[in-house]
Amino acid sequence: MTITIRKTKKSDRLKEIVEQLSGADLSICLQCKKCSSGCPVNKQTVSRPSEIMRRLHLNAGDELLESDIIWTCVSCETCSTRCPMGIEVAAIIDALRKLALERKASKQKGNVPLFNKAFLKTVEIFGRTYEIAMIAAYKLGTGKFMNDTEKFPTMIKKGKISLIPSLHGDRKIVRRIFKKTKENKGAKV
Amino acid sequence: MRYAYYPGCSAESTARDMHESTLAVAKALGIEMVEPKGWTCCGATAGHQTDRILAASLPAASLVKVKDMGLDMVVNCAACYNRMKMANNEISTDSEIRTSVCDAIGRDYDGSVNVRHFVEVLLKDVGLETIKKAVKHSLKGLKVACYYGCLLVRPPKVMKFDDPENPTSLDKLVKVIGGESIDWSGKVECCGGGLSLTRTDVVVDLTDSILGMAQKAGADCIAVSCPMCQVNLDLRQQDIKKQTGRDYEMPIVYITQLLGLSFGISPDKLGFKKLMVPASNILEKVAQNSNE
Repeated sequence: MTITIRKTKKSDRLKEIVEQLSGADLSICLQCKKCSSGCPVNKQTVSRPSEIMRRLHLNAGDELLESDIIWTCVSCETCSTRCPMGIEVAAIIDALRKLALERKASKQKGNVPLFNKAFLKTVEIFGRTYEIAMIAAYKLGTGKFMNDTEKFPTMIKKGKISLIPSLHGDRKIVRRIFKKTKENKGAKV
Repeated sequence: MRYAYYPGCSAESTARDMHESTLAVAKALGIEMVEPKGWTCCGATAGHQTDRILAASLPAASLVKVKDMGLDMVVNCAACYNRMKMANNEISTDSEIRTSVCDAIGRDYDGSVNVRHFVEVLLKDVGLETIKKAVKHSLKGLKVACYYGCLLVRPPKVMKFDDPENPTSLDKLVKVIGGESIDWSGKVECCGGGLSLTRTDVVVDLTDSILGMAQKAGADCIAVSCPMCQVNLDLRQQDIKKQTGRDYEMPIVYITQLLGLSFGISPDKLGFKKLMVPASNILEKVAQNSNE
């Protein structure tokens, strides 16, 4: 496989920051491609974990943050588990997600950042996940309201999903965590 | 046996069946489960995909409450279990993260709470012998594909749950209650749970593959221990049918539901009615066995 690296955008220490955020050492990657061959979404993505590793190591620029693996990755950790060098490949993808959001890389099919935001917002408000509200917020954001809605009547009838939020969680501590995380944005980790 | 039981948010909604069957099984085996007051969300996948400190602080908020109780934390949701252990690992091995987490939760926490999965408690603390004695109705003749997914076993150096490529913990439980745990290749494949709503196309493909493997191996049902896997494999069978014409009608049950059934607990108390794909084949088999 040929990997072409175009320095179209300023790299702004991408490799260095990813290593710092993930704690992984990119230089020890053998390019054995075990991560890519075991990746469950390798049929759906153009970019592969091993390719991301190589491009990062070769000082790729911010164009790397547009790679489809970043938001198609299911965080299953198969890559990290099978890496013969013990590289935390999944942690590298997490770091790239954070940078993709910070550097406003394009949103991709499915809009995972919107889902994560909707999920975490209900946690911030209620202290625990409120599934129905989270799903509604995500669907409103994507405009695709009808997907899956045919399942809700049965789920509600069977008691498979709760309509009301739980208010028993310690909301004070959770709000403090979100407040502190926002304050620390841009800190080392 | 007394533990601090962390149910996880799904337990109050889409995994109430897991929650009810866990508590029923615990009660039948004399395990005392105490919920930590005010427990909060572990942050799940959304947390660690967003920020490393947030991802360690959200579990720490509940872990520190369990620390005060002086008990081991028992979790049955594989996703929560994973986040709790990952947070403990981050906090206990990286002093900078520990400082940030303690600042975020407003308390000192060292990452020392012992986090256990309910299956591990069943195998190590209760033991197969005791479980065997509790069996009233054998699951004889029921072919079960035990599905572990991702979060129970990976990453192995932190989870230390079982063999990451060929785990057998759930299989041992199925066997001791008389069921037949089948050999199949989908045990630790990923069902794509985290992308269930955002990339349904990917998830339909992954669940189709897993269900296909289980069916090919002759499974009557799939036993899981993760609410994300359960909902995903159960719910997406409708979409697979629509898109591919393949109709699996494969019940996706929690291992605790199977255990409960074998202990003679009523299916209603184990949340069987909540399953999208009805588990009538399992219930019939158990009824048939108990009449013999």
